[in-house]
Amino acid sequence: MKYIALLYGEPDAGPVPGTPEFMQMLGEFQSATTAMAEAGVLVDSGPLQPPQTATTVRVRDGQAQLSDGPFAEIKEQLGGYYILDCADLDTALRYAAMIPSAKYGSVEVRPVMVMGPH
Amino acid sequence: MAQLAGDLSLAEDCAQEACAAAVEQWPREGMPANPGGWVVTVARRRALDHLRRESARPGKERQAVQERVAADPDDSAVAGDDQLSLLFACCHPALDPASRVTLTLRVVCGLPAASIARLLLLPEPTVAQRIVRAKRKIRDAGIRLRVPDPGERPARLASVLRAIYLTFTEGHSPHGTSVVRDDLCEEALRLAARLHRLMPDEPEVTGLLALILLTSARSAARADQDGALVLLADQDRSRWDQGRLAQGRSLVETALAQRRPGPVPAAGCHRRLPRRRGHGRRH
Repeated sequence: MKYIALLYGEPDAGPVPGTPEFMQMLGEFQSATTAMAEAGVLVDSGPLQPPQTATTVRVRDGQAQLSDGPFAEIKEQLGGYYILDCADLDTALRYAAMIPSAKYGSVEVRPVMVMGPH
Repeated sequence: MAQLAGDLSLAEDCAQEACAAAVEQWPREGMPANPGGWVVTVARRRALDHLRRESARPGKERQAVQERVAADPDDSAVAGDDQLSLLFACCHPALDPASRVTLTLRVVCGLPAASIARLLLLPEPTVAQRIVRAKRKIRDAGIRLRVPDPGERPARLASVLRAIYLTFTEGHSPHGTSVVRDDLCEEALRLAARLHRLMPDEPEVTGLLALILLTSARSAARADQDGALVLLADQDRSRWDQGRLAQGRSLVETALAQRRPGPVPAAGCHRRLPRRRGHGRRH
């Protein structure tokens, strides 16, 4: 089953860039990604640029409205994602737990919907 | 069958279809030598057909389904492990805590929604809704119906223990027909015993089994001919199941020796105290 792991965190959570702790965290991301790739469960992954680089599009009454920033002003913001293909939820959760974002914030694991034949 | 299908609702539907087929065929063709086995075989075949017919699911899930279909042996007896798998799945941490107990009582213990509603002091539609949502989550999120690996088991225990205990409590409560209630008590005992075989070193598991043994040992003496409850001090001790009492006491001692006291072993201790006439202290 395909799952997306959405990495959420507060902007100040986690180690400060440039510190040894930050380098360690990068190493942990690397290990997690490698483990998933070697197990053949990794489909895609990507870190996102910070929330302030976001632009939100809403079309209302045929009019496109753009706003600066993420869709909602919430404390925990989306920072990255992994797309996994594994046999079951427990497997996906085990890999999700390896991602450092789980330590400093939250990782939401959701199955990607399977569409029937068109 | 639920393990095969990965989908509790599908498993239930196939089981129902098999029963309907039995009702239709048996009067004509005579009852099979093993009626239970007949129903299970027919239900499995339907589940397998459904899985094969299913539209191609991409990737690992399709592979997992194909593996299950290939591995499914015909006419095999339902192993004790199957029930534990179902139990652990219904108590999976990915399900919200309120739903876990409800689903267990419905799916593992076969309690009707009305009984569950009474036991948990909830409206029946709420119970029904929880069950539907939990089954959907199991199917849609891919929660596998299997016994967790040894390392994961301790974390998964609390809701499993609670579900078994609540099943026993429901069976032990003094209303409703006694045959159905005895079944529930025995079901709870079976589940507790299986769990104990799986995890003999867990004091909470040992304690729960002890509690159920000690309490059910006195079932025969609980009520008089008119169905009124008889107080412990007034019970006819010759009607107590001494085998169960002995087993229960020995398990309480084991649980205490395992040195991690919790709510269940403590309750078990209290149960064991009134065992000899003249030692009338009750706690």
